[in-house]
Amino acid sequence: MNEDLSHMEVEQQEPGSFRLIFTLGFAGFLSGLILVSAYLFTLPYINQNKADALQKAVFEVLPGTRSFQTLVLVEGKLVQMNSDPGDQPVIYQGFDSLNKSTGFAVPGAIAGFQDIISGIYGFDPVQQQIIGFRVLDSKETPGLGDKIYKDASFAENFIALQASSDLEPVKPGQKTLDHQVETITGATISSKAVVNLLNNSLNQWRGPIEGYMNNLSSTNK
Amino acid sequence: MSEEANIEEAGKEFLKGLWKENPVFVAVLGMCPALAVTNSAINALAMGVATMFVLICSSILVSLLRNAIPKQVRITAYIVIIATFVSVIDFFLAAFTPEIHKELGAFIALIVVNCLILGRQESFASKNRPFLAFLDAAGMSSGFTIALLSIGIIREILGSGSLFGFSLFGASFEPWVVMILPPGGFFTLGFLLLFFNWYIQRRNKRNALIAKSEV
Repeated sequence: MNEDLSHMEVEQQEPGSFRLIFTLGFAGFLSGLILVSAYLFTLPYINQNKADALQKAVFEVLPGTRSFQTLVLVEGKLVQMNSDPGDQPVIYQGFDSLNKSTGFAVPGAIAGFQDIISGIYGFDPVQQQIIGFRVLDSKETPGLGDKIYKDASFAENFIALQASSDLEPVKPGQKTLDHQVETITGATISSKAVVNLLNNSLNQWRGPIEGYMNNLSSTNK
Repeated sequence: MSEEANIEEAGKEFLKGLWKENPVFVAVLGMCPALAVTNSAINALAMGVATMFVLICSSILVSLLRNAIPKQVRITAYIVIIATFVSVIDFFLAAFTPEIHKELGAFIALIVVNCLILGRQESFASKNRPFLAFLDAAGMSSGFTIALLSIGIIREILGSGSLFGFSLFGASFEPWVVMILPPGGFFTLGFLLLFFNWYIQRRNKRNALIAKSEV
């Protein structure tokens, strides 16, 4: 009899399903409220930081650049854009102090080992070379995948890298041709992702860039 | 008298995390950030401050809601609360210190699974008043920050020859690069743990001797 009573007491103390659901629902609601407030407050600052980082990266991947213009892809053709391009795909053309083109800075993104890797590279259409590469955003594994932006020797791959054909990833120390990229030991997937990013992006942008350059030269003539 | 006792109790709750129950050197908790992001003093400090923010805010909220959260769903609720504050500090670091945010990378998000934070919610904040929970969290997170900073300072001085980015020894110094690499984290933590344990054992022996002589 006593056992039955104590069993009933325990059952009475157990919270019902509704209370459990309500507690977690309330925690989720509170969490959402705090997160949305923090996100909305910080969003303008984060966007400004991203714009600053992008601008800095353009100057880094196009050596000798003093100014640049934004070009947007409209119906397969590159046109100059002076207003906010919104969500349209854009690239940047750099100019030196004599207003001579230093190349094109092309942003791109691809799935890496953990998350999306976004980066920007400098492309010289005359020499058909990649002349610089910077990672803009990455959440690759600390100590391994993050070497794609921390390892200086990996960045050296992208100085005067021949890009007239598809780039080819090779193991460290096995580079024999100008279009080959040495991957990173322990970060093979991340470094191959960078090579794929460049190949995909070059295949997308090579035609419009060459078309734009041809148009410019014919206009000048 | 009761007020004095309360102040003493509050002081104890704060101070225990700094030395006696230091989360890194005594409890050996939060090893992932202690090893991974302490390759420079500024990174260590930033991680310490981020963890402090999360621990203090979570502890206060968990303490305030301690009677409302059923024990069956407490871990889930704590994780939701902790993850919320981690996301908030992630947004703020990205907005106001983008360089540090980039440097710390995925380790900011990994604060969610820092066993120090969940451990304090389960063992202290969920059983005590908000004021005591605040003091406990402030003490523990200060102890955590001090520990990370000690490791970061040693590693940066030896591994880069600088402190908070300022060069200490000039160009002639040959840095021990290994100290800013992952093995350097293990070396430094190992030596600091050795020192702490040696000191604690020495103190215990001395106390035992004093007690014996008094008897």
